[in-house]
Amino acid sequence: MNSVFVYCEIEEGTVADVSLELLTKGRALATKLGVKLEAIVLGEGLKDVEKQVFPYGVDVLWVGDDARLAPYTTLPHTKMLVRLFDAEKPQVALMGATSVGRDLGPRVSSALHSGLTADCTSLEIGEYTDAKSGKKYENLLYQIRPAFGGNIVATIVNPECRPQMATVREGVMKKEIFNLQHQGEVKKLNVDEYLDDTDLVVKVIERHMEKSKVNIKAAPIIVAGGYGVGSKENFNLLYELAAVLGGEVGASRAAVDAGFCEHERQIGQTGTTVRPKLYIACGISGQIQHTAGMEESSMVIAINTDANAPINKFADYVITGDLNVVIPKMIQYYKKNSK
Amino acid sequence: MKGLKIVVLAKQVPDTRNVGKDAMKADGTVNRAALPAIFNPEDLNALEQALRLKDTIEGTTVHVLTMGPGRAAEIIREAMYRGADGGYLLSDRAFAGSDTLATSYALSCALRNLEYDLIICGRQAIDGDTAQVGPQVAEKLALPQVTYAEDIQKCDGKIVTIKRRLERGIEVVTCPMPCVVTVNGSAAPCRPRNARFVMKYKNAKGTQEAQDANEDYFALVNERPYLKLTEWSVNDIQSNPADLGLSGSPTKVKNIESVVFQAKEAKVLSGTDAELDAMMKELITNHTIG
Repeated sequence: MNSVFVYCEIEEGTVADVSLELLTKGRALATKLGVKLEAIVLGEGLKDVEKQVFPYGVDVLWVGDDARLAPYTTLPHTKMLVRLFDAEKPQVALMGATSVGRDLGPRVSSALHSGLTADCTSLEIGEYTDAKSGKKYENLLYQIRPAFGGNIVATIVNPECRPQMATVREGVMKKEIFNLQHQGEVKKLNVDEYLDDTDLVVKVIERHMEKSKVNIKAAPIIVAGGYGVGSKENFNLLYELAAVLGGEVGASRAAVDAGFCEHERQIGQTGTTVRPKLYIACGISGQIQHTAGMEESSMVIAINTDANAPINKFADYVITGDLNVVIPKMIQYYKKNSK
Repeated sequence: MKGLKIVVLAKQVPDTRNVGKDAMKADGTVNRAALPAIFNPEDLNALEQALRLKDTIEGTTVHVLTMGPGRAAEIIREAMYRGADGGYLLSDRAFAGSDTLATSYALSCALRNLEYDLIICGRQAIDGDTAQVGPQVAEKLALPQVTYAEDIQKCDGKIVTIKRRLERGIEVVTCPMPCVVTVNGSAAPCRPRNARFVMKYKNAKGTQEAQDANEDYFALVNERPYLKLTEWSVNDIQSNPADLGLSGSPTKVKNIESVVFQAKEAKVLSGTDAELDAMMKELITNHTIG
C-alpha cells in the first residue's frame, strides 16, 4: 500500500540520469518503508522502456505513450500525474529538479494540496512530533536542503498531506543498479481517458535541445573558479591548468552570475554535484550552496587570498596566495614532475 | 490592439548573495537584520518583460503585487521608479509562516480582486530558490503557465509567444492569455530608475508606512492620491482562513541547523615554489593526477 513513486523524465527515448538516480534512492526508501517502488513514464515511442527501469528495482511501471505527451508540456503531464496520484495515493513522490520537474512538481503539489520541497540534497525516513499538538508521526520523509542562501540546512516534513513530494538535482543521488534480473509489472495508461483539448493550449513551435557539451560530472579532476577569479580572461588560466591535468573547468554560482563562465559548468546546489578525485577551488569562498556540490571530492586544493575562507575547511591543501601566481607554478611543477 | 493589464508578482528578499562576515552572529547563525532587503533579482527581470510590453502596446498597464511586511511597499515604489503604474501590498499576520503553497493561495486570492491578461513573476526568489510560487499561482487560478521564460517575443492580444531557456537548450511556445509567465535571470536586465518617476513617487507610502508619516504626507496625498499605495489585509481578500499561513502550509520545518563548517587537517601553504613542487610530486605519487 501507499507506494513510493518516481516520475521518470525521458530524453530522446531514454530515461534521464536524474530519474535513474531517483529510482535508486526511491528503491532504498521503499524497502525501508516496506512498500513498492512505482515509476511513471510519459512520452511518445516508449517501447521497451521497462527494460531501462526494472534493473533499478521498479515494482510497477506506469506508461503513458501518446503524441500529446511529447515534447513535455505542463498541462498534460500535470493532469496525468494528478489523476494517477489521486487514484493510487502514493506516500512519497520524487522528481528531478530539472526544468521539467520544477515546472511540473509545484503544479501537481498545488492541485493535490500536498507539500513539495525543491532541490533536496538528502532524503531520509524518520519520525516527527508536532510541537503544538504533540502528535507523533512515524516514517515521514525527511526532506533535507540548504535554505536561506545556504546559510542554514533545513529538514522539512509533510506530516498530514500526501504525497510527500520532493525534487532533487541531477548528480545529487547515486545511480546504482538494484538487480539486473529484477522484474516488475507494466501498467499502460489510457491517455484518452485523461486528456482533453483544454490541456493542449500551450504549443511548442520551436525546440533546440543539445546534449550538454561539457560533462563535468564525469571529470576526474575539476578546476573550479569563483568570483575571486576576477574576470572571464582570468578563467583562461583555469582552462590551461585543467587541460594540462586532464580535467574540466567548473565554476561557482557567483562566477557564473558574473558572466565569467557558462552556466553548464556551475557546481553546487543550483548547479551540478560532482565527486571528482581532485577538486581545485580557485578564488572560491565556499558558501554552502557551492560546497554542497563538491564536498564529496576525494581531495581538495583551495587557492584563495583569504586565509579564513570557508572553503579551506574542506581542503586537503590550503594555498593562501594569488591564483595568477600559484596556477602557473602548479602547471610548471606538474610538467617538471610528470616527466 | 487593446492595452494589456499586467500584474507582476514580486518579493522583497534578504540579500543572501552577499552574506558578509557581519551578517553572521557569534554563534554562527544568520543575523537577518544585518542583511539588506532587496527586490528579488529575477522579479526585476519579470518587471522588465512587463515594461517592454507596456512600451510596445499602447494602453498597457503594469501593477506589482507583493506580499510581505509593511516595509515591502518599498518594492512597489522601486517598480514605479522604473515605470510601473502602481501596486498592491498584501500584508497581514494571518500570512505569517506561509510555505510556498499557502503563499500561492494568498496571492491567488488577491489576484481575484484584479483584472489581468498576464501575470509575470521571477522564476524563483533567492531566499528560498524553490521556483514553486509561479506554477502554484497558475494552478490555483486554473491558468496555463510558461516557466523559464527568457523573452516574451510577441503578443497579438490573445496569444503570447515566449522563448524559454532550459538546461539543455531553448524552446519557443505559444500560450493563450490569461496566463502566468515566470522569467529567468538570463532574460534582459531591468531598466534603471527613471529620475522623473523617482521625483514623482518618492513620497508614495503604504498604509503601515503612513502610520509614521507626518501631516505633510497626508496633505500631499490629498493632492496626489497616487502617493497612497494600496495595502490589503486578510479582510480585503476572499479566502479560507484554514488555507492561509502556517495552517495552510503542508510543509513544516522539523529543524534547522546553522551551517557549521567541519574542520579537517589541511596542509597550509603560502604558495612558494618549493611547496608547490612538493605538492605536485605528492599528487603524482599518490595517483591523484598524472
